[in-house]
Amino acid sequence: MKRFLLVLMLAAGPALVAANQAAPTDLDPVANKRAVELSQQLRCLVCQNQTIADSHAELAVDLKNQINEQIRAGRSDREIIDFMVQRYGDFVLYKPPFKAETVLLWVGPVALLVLGMGAYFLQLRRRRTRIDERPLSEAERLEADRLLGLGKTEDSSK
Amino acid sequence: MWRYLAPLAAFLVLAGFLYVGLGLNPREVPSPLVDKPAPAFELAKLAQPDQTFSRDDMKGKVWMLNVWASWCTACREEHPLLVDIARQGTVPIVGLNYKDKPEAAKQWLAQWGDPYKLSVQDPVGRTGIEYGVYGVPETFVIDKNGVIRFKQIGPITPKVWQEKMLPLIRQLEQA
Amino acid sequence: MIPEIGHFALILALLIALLQGVLPIVGAARGIGPWMDLARPAAKAQAMFVTLAFGCLMWSFYVSDFSVQNVASNSNSLLPWYYKLSATWGSHEGSILLWTLMLAWWTSLVAFFSRHLPREMVARVIGTLGLVSAGFILFTLTTSDPFDRLFPAAPEGRDLNPLLQDPGMIFHPPMLYMGYVGFAVPFAFAIAALMGGRLDAAWARWTRPWTTMAWVFLTLGIALGSWWAYYELGWGGWWFWDPVENASFMPWLTGTALVHSLAVTEKRGSFKTWTVLLAIITFSMSLLGTFLVRSGVLTSVHAFATDPERGVFILGFLIFVIGSSLLLFAWRAPKVGLGGKFANVSRESMLLMNNVLLVVAMGAVFLGTMYPLFLDAIAGTKISVGPPYFDAVFAPLMAPLVFLMGVGPLSRWKEAKIPDLATRLRWAAVVAVVTAVLVPVVLGRWSWIVSGGLLLAFWIVASAVVNVREHIRNVRGSLLTRLASQPRAFWGMNLAHLGVAIFIIGVTLVKGYETERDVRMAVGDVVSVGGFTFKFEGVQEVQGPNYVAARGTFDVSKNGRFIEKLYPEKRSYLSNRAMPMTEAAIDSSIIGDIYVSLGEPVGGDAWTVRAYYKPFVTWIWWGCVAMALGGLVALSDRRYRFARRREASAAKAAVTA
Repeated sequence: MKRFLLVLMLAAGPALVAANQAAPTDLDPVANKRAVELSQQLRCLVCQNQTIADSHAELAVDLKNQINEQIRAGRSDREIIDFMVQRYGDFVLYKPPFKAETVLLWVGPVALLVLGMGAYFLQLRRRRTRIDERPLSEAERLEADRLLGLGKTEDSSK
Repeated sequence: MWRYLAPLAAFLVLAGFLYVGLGLNPREVPSPLVDKPAPAFELAKLAQPDQTFSRDDMKGKVWMLNVWASWCTACREEHPLLVDIARQGTVPIVGLNYKDKPEAAKQWLAQWGDPYKLSVQDPVGRTGIEYGVYGVPETFVIDKNGVIRFKQIGPITPKVWQEKMLPLIRQLEQA
Repeated sequence: MIPEIGHFALILALLIALLQGVLPIVGAARGIGPWMDLARPAAKAQAMFVTLAFGCLMWSFYVSDFSVQNVASNSNSLLPWYYKLSATWGSHEGSILLWTLMLAWWTSLVAFFSRHLPREMVARVIGTLGLVSAGFILFTLTTSDPFDRLFPAAPEGRDLNPLLQDPGMIFHPPMLYMGYVGFAVPFAFAIAALMGGRLDAAWARWTRPWTTMAWVFLTLGIALGSWWAYYELGWGGWWFWDPVENASFMPWLTGTALVHSLAVTEKRGSFKTWTVLLAIITFSMSLLGTFLVRSGVLTSVHAFATDPERGVFILGFLIFVIGSSLLLFAWRAPKVGLGGKFANVSRESMLLMNNVLLVVAMGAVFLGTMYPLFLDAIAGTKISVGPPYFDAVFAPLMAPLVFLMGVGPLSRWKEAKIPDLATRLRWAAVVAVVTAVLVPVVLGRWSWIVSGGLLLAFWIVASAVVNVREHIRNVRGSLLTRLASQPRAFWGMNLAHLGVAIFIIGVTLVKGYETERDVRMAVGDVVSVGGFTFKFEGVQEVQGPNYVAARGTFDVSKNGRFIEKLYPEKRSYLSNRAMPMTEAAIDSSIIGDIYVSLGEPVGGDAWTVRAYYKPFVTWIWWGCVAMALGGLVALSDRRYRFARRREASAAKAAVTA
């Protein structure tokens, strides 16, 4: 039995493989990989900041087993995810879905960037027109020389 | 001049949200099953394991499904209230004994009282998953057509019972 | 008795803080000299009393005085003495007191090092800080008093949360708070400038060292937290985009923008409005972070126990501080002026782009963090926003930023020419591309992500080398002399930017090449990860001072050669048996970490085990250390000049006397 486990583990390769208490060796490596990837898309509702892949909470283990079961039953990835969402809501998705309610979320950063770029170019244009740079007048030049002549300036704003 | 007010305006909007947020509970995950048919189940009874009980046995009645376990400390908080409801006969309560051992469960009921019409066993939690259970206790209010109308996450408090669940049950009875 | 002294000290501190907050500001507005002069002594006195209060609390923990509610809830007589001390800030009440303490210390530092500042400015800066302090002390006394007594005293304490019983957790909060709170100083400077209606290069020069110092602390604080999560939580993650992590990252992003913006304001007099706004926003983010952790508005592992009353108070405080700052900004900023002109391609324009990108990045993180709340409030729908979102949204924003990091330092102020820059940087670009292509191939596996990350990192390094060479080209002497001829600010910048490159290399290589196994092992089982072989030799029970642990033994070898034994543990703290703590066993080296942690016992003598190989993972935190060091080096430049100026003005005074 030990050798069987060893062979199976080595056969699974150095790629990311996660197993859990429910005898990972039930599934072949390809299906196992599917199971892992699916469980990385779902949030653990008990430890709410982990995926069920990472979490060792009982519910996480139960859900991972559920995924394994459904893979064995021949369900597609889409169907399995839908199964979870139907029962637990969108909250269970680790990556927020792209729906009407989350449009702002996904589009937001892009919109912010566009806004930022727009503001940036506007600023450049505004500076060009607003800032007046003419050469110093005679009086101003004398004043500047005088100040510079004193060595290290104390700030005139004192 | 007005663009300098923009940061302040944005902040005030945010503050509004934060204020509202203080009244919300971010950990609570509402059920997407409300107003959907209660998932079917046929499970062994706790008291008579050789017999089964199914969801359809409650068709035509308004009832509550209460998810509980002997290892759940929070369940003891709501248990007196459930016992009270059962004594008054307001609404039948079916217990879903979730991921528990039958002996421990029976002992728990013997010790703390049995408000349930009956309890069914869900040793692996499979039915729990069907109902989107993620913690214990949870309670579902189900109408005469077998549609879930309300889910309570966590223990039922007297406040929630009086203000939300009881009126809803009364309303469903009328229908 | 001691807790009462502490409590009384806090009350006194509040009164002083109110005085400190009101009189100097009014004095500056009305020209009342004595009132302005109150600022420094008031700040120092307040610091004294707050320190006294904090000391009393710490003492109560040290002697395990369980008649103090806070001690009873967060400590235990079996707790090792250093954790008893760190438990002082292990709870909400204690950490708010720590906030207040840090603020008081920063304020007195300002009081000590402000001789060269105009009187009105000192009055306004310390006054503003005093108002913020008063708010925090008032909050402490009314809703979060750490000195509340427990009658009758508890026979034993409930123990410090086991997660906090760790060296990293001793240092992470103070370091983080030094950063968070430190940004109150540039905030106060900005408010003072707005009040006075005047903002210029001198103001920027005064504000810069404080800002850089706060930034250094915040960088280290965040890095410590990340490193702690990595070795403590047991599954090898180091950043989760958790709301509270984001709450510390957002001020870091705008704080970085602020540091750069100040450089422009000091050197060229531009970006004044930007700088002031960034200073206000950065500190506002700090305050917002404080709110988020304690109000229960967002779910987080970091959250303290929530209490609506506290949430309302902090929110009110937030609205007052941030609202009035932004109102002041709206009113006075137009007066401040635009500063010098610069071309569409110039160092200024690139730094402006830098500002924009950092603020947009902050906005994206903010959106992701707050969106669940927004959606819940508006539509009652619950969603969760996890790392996939943040990774997708944040990383692309960083690429142009990193590109600018290479080009910016080589660009001239006021006007730069693209063809000129391209020529100077062409070899840097080539080196970056070649390395980015070669390294993945050499390491054994091609990956676009790895290549992209390395391209960015080596771009920074190569362009920095070009920059240094250009600077020392015309200097005579040995290499060392030529290097030393450059001001420390220059080296600080290069070191900090290098730190970013190191960080990127760490992140990229770990993400690209880490290997993991999460398997069930019985005694004698073997698992292979990253070229290393781990043999499970069983689990023994061990006793700690306040815990019982299951200690696993793993035999690690490579290519048949024995390397070492690793001993991960699963600890059950006596006070909290329900939540066992994972103590991973990590063998850290500059090229990678071997990481083993125990999961759960699964029957017989078998356990679930997680074994990882994480190449170059420590570069993530060394990169942050380099960034912080860069900041410190740059800071040492300022002070040097500051001391010099003191001597110069003293000499001048002697001459003119």
